[in-house]
Amino acid sequence: MNPLRERYGSEIDNVLAKYPADQKRSAVMPLLYIAQRERGYITRAQLDQVGEILGISSTDVASIVGFYTLYHDKPEGKYRIQVCNDLPCALRGADKFLRDFCDRLGVEPGGTTADGVVAVDGVMCLAACHRAPMFQVQSRTEISYHEDQTVDKAMQLVESWRQANGQ
Amino acid sequence: MSEYFLLRNREIPNIDDLVIYRQNKGFETFQSAVTSMKPDEVTEIVKASGLRGRGGAGFPTGMKWSFIDKNNWPHYVVANADESEPGTFKDREIMESNPFQFLEGVMLCAYAIGANAAYIYLRGEFWQLAAELDRHIEYLERENLLGDKLFGTDYSLRLYTHLGAGAYICGEETAMLESLEGKLGQPRLRPPFPPSFGLYGKPTVVNNVETLANVPLIVERGAEWYRKFGTEKSPGTKVFSLSGNVEKPGNYELPLGATFRELIFAHGGGIPGGRNIKAIMPAGASSSLIFADEKALDTPMDYESVPNVGAQLGSASVIVIDDSVSMDWLIDKTVHFFAHESCGKCTPCREGTYWMRHITERISHGQASWDDVILLNEVANGIKGKCLCALGDFATEAVMSSIARFRSDFETKTHAAAETIEAKVSP
Repeated sequence: MNPLRERYGSEIDNVLAKYPADQKRSAVMPLLYIAQRERGYITRAQLDQVGEILGISSTDVASIVGFYTLYHDKPEGKYRIQVCNDLPCALRGADKFLRDFCDRLGVEPGGTTADGVVAVDGVMCLAACHRAPMFQVQSRTEISYHEDQTVDKAMQLVESWRQANGQ
Repeated sequence: MSEYFLLRNREIPNIDDLVIYRQNKGFETFQSAVTSMKPDEVTEIVKASGLRGRGGAGFPTGMKWSFIDKNNWPHYVVANADESEPGTFKDREIMESNPFQFLEGVMLCAYAIGANAAYIYLRGEFWQLAAELDRHIEYLERENLLGDKLFGTDYSLRLYTHLGAGAYICGEETAMLESLEGKLGQPRLRPPFPPSFGLYGKPTVVNNVETLANVPLIVERGAEWYRKFGTEKSPGTKVFSLSGNVEKPGNYELPLGATFRELIFAHGGGIPGGRNIKAIMPAGASSSLIFADEKALDTPMDYESVPNVGAQLGSASVIVIDDSVSMDWLIDKTVHFFAHESCGKCTPCREGTYWMRHITERISHGQASWDDVILLNEVANGIKGKCLCALGDFATEAVMSSIARFRSDFETKTHAAAETIEAKVSP
């Protein structure tokens, strides 16, 4: 049995129904989002499962995971905070925000906090240049935007997650 | 401006509610097109309006629709909602705040080209927005505005959202089609263009969100009405995304042909902190840098005038740079972006952006000589015009224009580096 199919059968059918019957491969990206909900990253076994559902090789599925930045192949923080520090945001203080925020968290950009709750890094443009500094948070189940940020505001958000995680 | 055509949410509260949108004639145009117009008539109105693609290239929209190959079926519409150009955040506001006008535009386009399915390709980061659009689409199906045999005719239409997953290159139309087919988002060799060989090899129209959001009012009010706004060659209004060193960054809907001065000073409130404006990037990070003198500030922002000051209007994402910024830092930012986003298919772009990144880093860290600036310009020249898509070219625009137009920034930086090295080696 295919565990992914078993657990998300009707959702997967709905995804497949969006595309022509002979173009199942189109569903690879939505199926990877479903798979990633389990652990926050895609496992080797899931590559096989997605490939099996779509009739493509695990290597083809892995190439998609590797190409697109919102798929992950290893565990990092429970919440991935990505601060946009591209040009327009940097002109509005995003580089300093990222540095100060990392200092407060006690990590380097690209690092994960010791409690494993937060991974933080810079990221390419998120289409929110007018509300910098800003970041997105990718969790297992969703992506959310946090705009017009200060380090204090961002730390409050992190603390709320820590409390929710019983720390 | 007294009237909004795209950001109508700023005049009509809750237009993102289907009931309110319908009270403002929403979907009447689509219904009357499907029930009483031939598909080609819709295309002809759009053609006559002179609407040009708002994604960056400015290609005439109606002409693109008329290129659709009628001997090869089925046809598809793909709405480009991958908005990823640094400095651009207009499509997001349109889809969030005036979503039904955008969706009606997609539907009119589908009817005009005889497509029974349309995909809205959103960047993965717009996850919440895609969930909203899914709810809107379900609502339209319940209201029988989408589905089979619409309004008692033989025409059927379904809309689907498709989420990308973080790749700037997927905003390029053929890379988007590849991605939608479940492959790596890498551009195709063109021709053939999507209207003859698009999604699944079938004739496809790919249009930007803002472009499509223009369509309902054009079809409702006519081409002549539309041409009252903007300029002869660039009719209509445009949503300008204003960012960088300005008091009031944000989206501003203005007629095409409004000046940079009007946007930056009258609407954007000018430059903060008593600083002066130094440069303008009118088309986001992929733009050439304009030296912001009086002539540039008085230049109309339309497709035909911006080239006169050495840049393109592109997606009209106006990034304002003040005089505290040195261009070596700026291009280090833009080159990092393009090096990260290069899809790797074409060697000049893949390798060239990699080497440019090393050189801009050296220059901005004060570890480079003037020879490195010349080398950087040569590498940029080695990329320009030698790739399948425009990303390679985009990566060179800020680099080459800043070296040409803001040479003293680079001279200062490399002189300072030379002096540091000199001091270190002197006994």
